[in-house]
Amino acid sequence: MSLAIDQNALTARLAKAERRGKIRAFLLVAPLLAFVLLSFVIPIANLVTQAFYGDLVSSNMPKTTAELATWNGTMPVPESLCESFVTEFKAAKVKDAALPTRIATLVNREFSGSLSKLRPVANNELSAPYCGALAKLNDEWTKPEIWNAIKIVSPSVSPRFFGSIRPETEENKIHLALFGRTLYVAAAVTLFCALLGFPIGFLLAHLPARTSNLLMIIVLLPFWTSLLVRTTAWIALLQQNGVINDTLVALGLIADDQRPVMMYNMFATFVAMTHVLLPFMILPLYSVMTGIKPNFVRAARSLGATPFTAFWRVYFPLTIPGLGAGCLLVFILAIGYYITPALVGGQSGQLISNIIAFHMQKTLNWPLASAIGTLLLAGVLLLYWLYNRLVGIEKMKFA
Amino acid sequence: MKMTKGLSVLLGAAAAIGLTAAAHAGQITVISWGGAYTNSQVKAYQEPWMKKTGNTIVSADYNGGLAEIKAQVQSGNVTWDVVDVETSEAISGCNDGLFEKIDAAKLPKGDNGAGPLDDFVPGAITDCAIANIAYANVIGYDSSKFTGDKPTKVADFFDLKKFPGKRGLKKEAKVNLEFALMADGVASADVYKVLATKEGVDRAFKKLETIKSSVVWWEAGAQPPQLLASGEVTMTTAYNGRLFTPAVKENKPFVIIWDGQQQVFDNWAIVKGTKNKDLALDFVGFSTSTKPLADQATYIPYGPARKSSAPFVGKFEDGKTDMAPHMPTNPDNMKNAIVQDVKFWADHYDELNERFVAWIGK
Amino acid sequence: MKFLRPNLPVYASSLEIAWYFIFRAICVAIFIFLLAPVLVIIPLSFNAESFFSFTSGMLKLDPAAYSLKWYRDIFTNGMAAPEAPFSLAWLADSWARSQWMLALKNSVIVGIFATLLATTLGTLAAVGLSRPDMPFRGPIMGMLISPMIVPIVITATGMFFFFSKIGLAQTYTGLIMAHALLGTPFVVITVTATLTSFDRSLIRAAANLGANPLTAFFKVQMPLIMPGVISGGLFAFVTSFDEVVVVLFLAEPEQRTIPRQMWSGLREQVSPTILAVATILVILSFILLSSLEISRRRLEKMKLEPSA
Repeated sequence: MSLAIDQNALTARLAKAERRGKIRAFLLVAPLLAFVLLSFVIPIANLVTQAFYGDLVSSNMPKTTAELATWNGTMPVPESLCESFVTEFKAAKVKDAALPTRIATLVNREFSGSLSKLRPVANNELSAPYCGALAKLNDEWTKPEIWNAIKIVSPSVSPRFFGSIRPETEENKIHLALFGRTLYVAAAVTLFCALLGFPIGFLLAHLPARTSNLLMIIVLLPFWTSLLVRTTAWIALLQQNGVINDTLVALGLIADDQRPVMMYNMFATFVAMTHVLLPFMILPLYSVMTGIKPNFVRAARSLGATPFTAFWRVYFPLTIPGLGAGCLLVFILAIGYYITPALVGGQSGQLISNIIAFHMQKTLNWPLASAIGTLLLAGVLLLYWLYNRLVGIEKMKFA
Repeated sequence: MKMTKGLSVLLGAAAAIGLTAAAHAGQITVISWGGAYTNSQVKAYQEPWMKKTGNTIVSADYNGGLAEIKAQVQSGNVTWDVVDVETSEAISGCNDGLFEKIDAAKLPKGDNGAGPLDDFVPGAITDCAIANIAYANVIGYDSSKFTGDKPTKVADFFDLKKFPGKRGLKKEAKVNLEFALMADGVASADVYKVLATKEGVDRAFKKLETIKSSVVWWEAGAQPPQLLASGEVTMTTAYNGRLFTPAVKENKPFVIIWDGQQQVFDNWAIVKGTKNKDLALDFVGFSTSTKPLADQATYIPYGPARKSSAPFVGKFEDGKTDMAPHMPTNPDNMKNAIVQDVKFWADHYDELNERFVAWIGK
Repeated sequence: MKFLRPNLPVYASSLEIAWYFIFRAICVAIFIFLLAPVLVIIPLSFNAESFFSFTSGMLKLDPAAYSLKWYRDIFTNGMAAPEAPFSLAWLADSWARSQWMLALKNSVIVGIFATLLATTLGTLAAVGLSRPDMPFRGPIMGMLISPMIVPIVITATGMFFFFSKIGLAQTYTGLIMAHALLGTPFVVITVTATLTSFDRSLIRAAANLGANPLTAFFKVQMPLIMPGVISGGLFAFVTSFDEVVVVLFLAEPEQRTIPRQMWSGLREQVSPTILAVATILVILSFILLSSLEISRRRLEKMKLEPSA
């Protein structure tokens, strides 16, 4: 009886100690966790909501938004709608001179040409009846398309920005094609990295430690030099009058006016990205290959295998974990690449990240940028999860 | 122990660096177009102004357009104080409330005593911006690439058979559509009449389509001379001053075709909501006064926006090259010139450029 | 070249020997691919002309075709009086106003503070994560590493929106936070890796001998994981020193860093000055990397000696 009580007390005390240990461990991680939440997780969650939420119209033109919600698409539109639209649009201009153009730009994305129909509404004196006054400004106001466009952009919560990624119009196809191109470039760069990284990993793993450490510096030097330095270097090498073309011409291999175009295209993107990402392939391969015992291959040879068979049937399968880890890592990093394609890729070498930056900085279509970013994020997180399942993030190593 | 000591030394050093950076009287951020152009402004406007007032200028580059300014005003992070903009952007930005209004009557008088409103050439003053110089969008080529006939007119730019090689064009609708129409046979005086119709715009795009596969797109004014020098293109559109500098200073075989040149003003505008409005105004007034404007022309062949500056324009910084024949406003260069219709572009820039960007991506 | 000497077994066929040399040739070619771009910019940075290609004068080794002017430009670009004679005042002017000096100051300030923040938080977290009783280890680790995996454009975009809202955009604080965030995964990974080989019984031994947990951490655990902390910190610093996208989205012109300045050099204001800067950076990273390698060798020697 007393033994049982003691046992219970012991379990409770053990559980308490365990809980205290857990809390102590968690408290050590907590500061970083809070920091990552504040500066990373919340901003990204906020980005994802931006893809669904935009209250520019609904907050500045609430009456118009409400009336458009009940409008069934038939023409002519009710006079009350014209009136609230005109008065609220003009009031927006008084509130902030930039608002009419911002709203008009939003409508213009749904129905091209709306910009020049909407702007005069803010800039001209209009009086009742407003539908008539609008019709006098421009014929388009008697047609349903422009009203439909305003209706589409007016609700504050809508998935419409994902809509512009669907292949319905010529322009939208660009985004879909870019996703395709990004996957293609990432796959190709992964393949190149594997092809170039495998021999180097093999060489380093089978050389005496002193030599391989020295050569490792060559592998790591590009890794440690600034990305921009390396990209600059590729520009100097690959351009029309660049070092490579000049050398080929000087050697008489190509005619001076037949210089191949190697810059500002997909080729340049391939070359520069492979160069940048190659160390991420070599390092995991190297660490797996150093762990492979030479006895295996020797045994295969002594059992009569040709060198090729011994390599292909015995050695190569053992490198698969390293190869897989390297490929997955390179692929994940490649689909999010931005700087190198932006500088050397020209028009045909742009990837999905570049289009996100383009919409962020040039067209100011922020919700669209958020929508594309959300899709890219989902893809990357899926691959990341896969990597974690297959390789384990704690296996990631540098230097 | 050692570690903490090392850290505190580092922290102290960093703080000291931070303090020296912040120790100046006043500071404004001036945004311009980079390369040889910004250099000329640094020499003629910024260095003298910094010396005179003791303030500091943070100078940075952009490639035109209003997007960055809109983004700053929309997100409430206004960090640019003074921006060098083309007149059409100055007008539409002013309409959209992106720029502060500037009272031109309060600008300094000309050195000859002329009041500012009389001293500036027509079109140089708008509600929110003051012009500093007039430049031209021109076509330039590398003469070493064409051994026989040399290109002489806009149409030659579109003639890939007679003048083979890649072409450089700015990634923007403005200027390109005009060149395309002129090359397609539209008289320079009628360009904007034609461009105002839908058929005219279609016609311009159709003409551009004929060379699209041979185009290398550029964004920054410093790129065209680089593209020519590196052999990336044989012919390119450019701002006239950007081709002049390498041709004269470094003897590059760059030749300008003045046929169909398109003249535009560059203006100083002050971004709405800046915390340094007074300093910014002072800088705008100083740099658009008679002497600095004339000084700028010794570094780059752009015409000063004040009449009183004209007598002071002389030779290039090398002391021997006469600037007059290289100015867009020289009568010899003006034969088939057009002046950009700023009203047209203020109204239609967004739509035409959107179509243009979609067309490039196709 | 030592690694070219065949050390094949005697029974190797002639085909194998041929393949051995072909394989070495392939490897040499790949090493050239890795190294050439970094090396080629060094001579180009002494170009007397303002373009990115070798001139005929340079190929003939004509001294007139070479010049140090781009190195001079690093110091003078942006000065109020660059033509003034060299003096203390000239240096002060350059230090206060040169564009590259401004960039250098920003890079160093942001880099140092971001590294301190990342290393402190990252090391603490790694210590917690490697304790056997850490709850939700997998998911938390996954989340802490994700800033390295999520495309930088997405991170920068998210930060732009959120930091604008809370007034951190265009501030040094915001920039330091962003760069620290990008550096933490490196610290967590390297320190966790060092901790896996750490013998936890040492902590219990210290506790037995009367040390409180804090003393045990600083006197026993910390010195042993120091190499991991330092290399993690170095990675965090290099990450910040090389970062451009976040700076593009979050920083104002006055806060531009060296990579940001290079970015506009490549995109907008093409000038060989960036080649000169690049050369300096390459030399710096070479020094950094070789001193790391030397200290690593010395450490190995020290480890080996007692047993020998």
